[in-house]
Amino acid sequence: MNTNELLLLAKKSRIKILDLAFKSDGPSHLGGGLSMVEIFSVLYGKILKYNIESPEWKDRDRFILSKGHGVLPFFVALHYAGFISEDELYTYKKNESDLISHPVMNMRLGMESSNGSLGHGLSMGVGIALSLKKKSNLNSRVFVVLGDGECNEGSVWEAVMSAAHFKLNNLVAIVDFNKLQSDGNSETIMDLGNLEKKWESFGWEVCSLNGHDIEALVDVLSSLNLTDRPKVIIAHTVKGKGVSFMENNNTWHHNRLTLTTFDQAIEELNNS
Amino acid sequence: MKITGKENRQWSRLGSRATYGQAILMLAEINNDIMVLSADLGNSSGLDRFKSAYPDKFINIGIAEQNMIGVAAGLAKEGSVVFASSFAPFISMRAAEQVRMNMGYMDLNIKAVAIGSGLSMAFLGNSHFGLEDAAIMRSIPNMTVVCPADCAEIVKTVFAAAEYPHPMYIRLTGAVGFPVVYEDDYDFEIGKAVQILSGSDVSIIATGSMVYESIVAAKILKENNIEASVLNMHTIKPIDESALNLVINKGKPIFTIEEHSITGGLGSAVAEYTSSIPNSPTVNRIGLPDEFVVTGEYRYLLEKYGLVGDQIASTILKSLNK
Repeated sequence: MNTNELLLLAKKSRIKILDLAFKSDGPSHLGGGLSMVEIFSVLYGKILKYNIESPEWKDRDRFILSKGHGVLPFFVALHYAGFISEDELYTYKKNESDLISHPVMNMRLGMESSNGSLGHGLSMGVGIALSLKKKSNLNSRVFVVLGDGECNEGSVWEAVMSAAHFKLNNLVAIVDFNKLQSDGNSETIMDLGNLEKKWESFGWEVCSLNGHDIEALVDVLSSLNLTDRPKVIIAHTVKGKGVSFMENNNTWHHNRLTLTTFDQAIEELNNS
Repeated sequence: MKITGKENRQWSRLGSRATYGQAILMLAEINNDIMVLSADLGNSSGLDRFKSAYPDKFINIGIAEQNMIGVAAGLAKEGSVVFASSFAPFISMRAAEQVRMNMGYMDLNIKAVAIGSGLSMAFLGNSHFGLEDAAIMRSIPNMTVVCPADCAEIVKTVFAAAEYPHPMYIRLTGAVGFPVVYEDDYDFEIGKAVQILSGSDVSIIATGSMVYESIVAAKILKENNIEASVLNMHTIKPIDESALNLVINKGKPIFTIEEHSITGGLGSAVAEYTSSIPNSPTVNRIGLPDEFVVTGEYRYLLEKYGLVGDQIASTILKSLNK
């Protein structure tokens, strides 16, 4: 996909996310989902290698959503990639559906792992990246998306330390740095300080960018594996991005759309 | 995997932890898929020779048990049979949620090996004891919990675990000089209890280090004209219900014996099952009290809490009013 196509994918993904959330008739993690739309569009529209006919294809790239509550852009990306049909997508949050508020390992649907408890995904990514290296699989790479709030978890830093130690240049972490978490402003709740310097001091190659800038994301994600270090992209994002009344408004961390707010959001996105 | 009494006596001298390392070394000769992880306790897990022989198959993850289980999950997801060891509380409690998510929820092929469980850490104290680990691990869906009775059974468990493509918690009690239960080869199967002694008056069900002590107790009981059966319930979960049915049908008092808290371990598992069977005999749980225990030499602690053979015999006799 070229930049324009990726922009269009991001736009239709946002509309789909809102439609899915609205039709699920309950609260969803909208804010931290909307902040990752460009990241998912670029990953699934351009960067990741996958095969929907053969989901366990050994040369596929592995993707883990460590901030498991960010399923809305994930499921929508898997839908547009061809893993999840339209009908199945709308089973989201129906009783006994495979599509709930967190990823549940399901290779048919393109989900490598079960997540939901924060601070687990990067460790698993380290294990997968180590295994790929040991098996001389140089084709596959491992991508893990974390939240900035998630970086409060100590286990994240155990994994960060080990990835650098094992020189896992086939591992890419992307931090959705939207500066808000469940209870509010991240800086107030638990100040992460200079997140770029923290990862760098742990031995990672760090790239800082605007997480809604599709061209910047494409540039960085298209030129990986250049050093012997794992790479982290600190993606500065806006929680609730794309819907004016949701942007930087943490009441939309986990909330329900009414018909009025849904119509207003869709109108805004259609006009954007 | 066949064993001999001679080998078992040698392993006994090495102790349970070194035997685990020895078993892994032997397993690596026939299984190319294993990966062995340690959270900076490789030498304490008896893995020094394995590390030298198979450096590509050993990963020291540093003092980071949560990360160890997560990394184990990634390796298992890619097809490895992963053995990850640390002291019992560091796996079963510190990394409990990683165990639940990666081993339980995702049903990945990881064997968490708890070295130094029970009281065997002696003077290292309650921070290092494994008194609640079976209870915690038993409550996690998909988890199998095995507590080998002697060093031969540790070897058999490691070999069986490698062929069993699901998560398992292997709980090592005993220390250097772990008493020998098996002088000859026997059939070991995960989930299938082993009848060690037959007897018509009382039924002893034991696990781990307490199997040997139960055999000692049964001999003393015999001198007192009490015939005790001894069942080695090496697999605490899933518990062997058909073996339990035979014990229940015998209709004689049941005694469970374990180097674990009486809350949540083997005794609880047996009592949970018998509680649904009408007219089941009483279940007397012998184990460690629901408290933080005192510290001392391993043997001293077993004696302090009534877990050596003659004390077990006395407890049973007292219970029978003999």
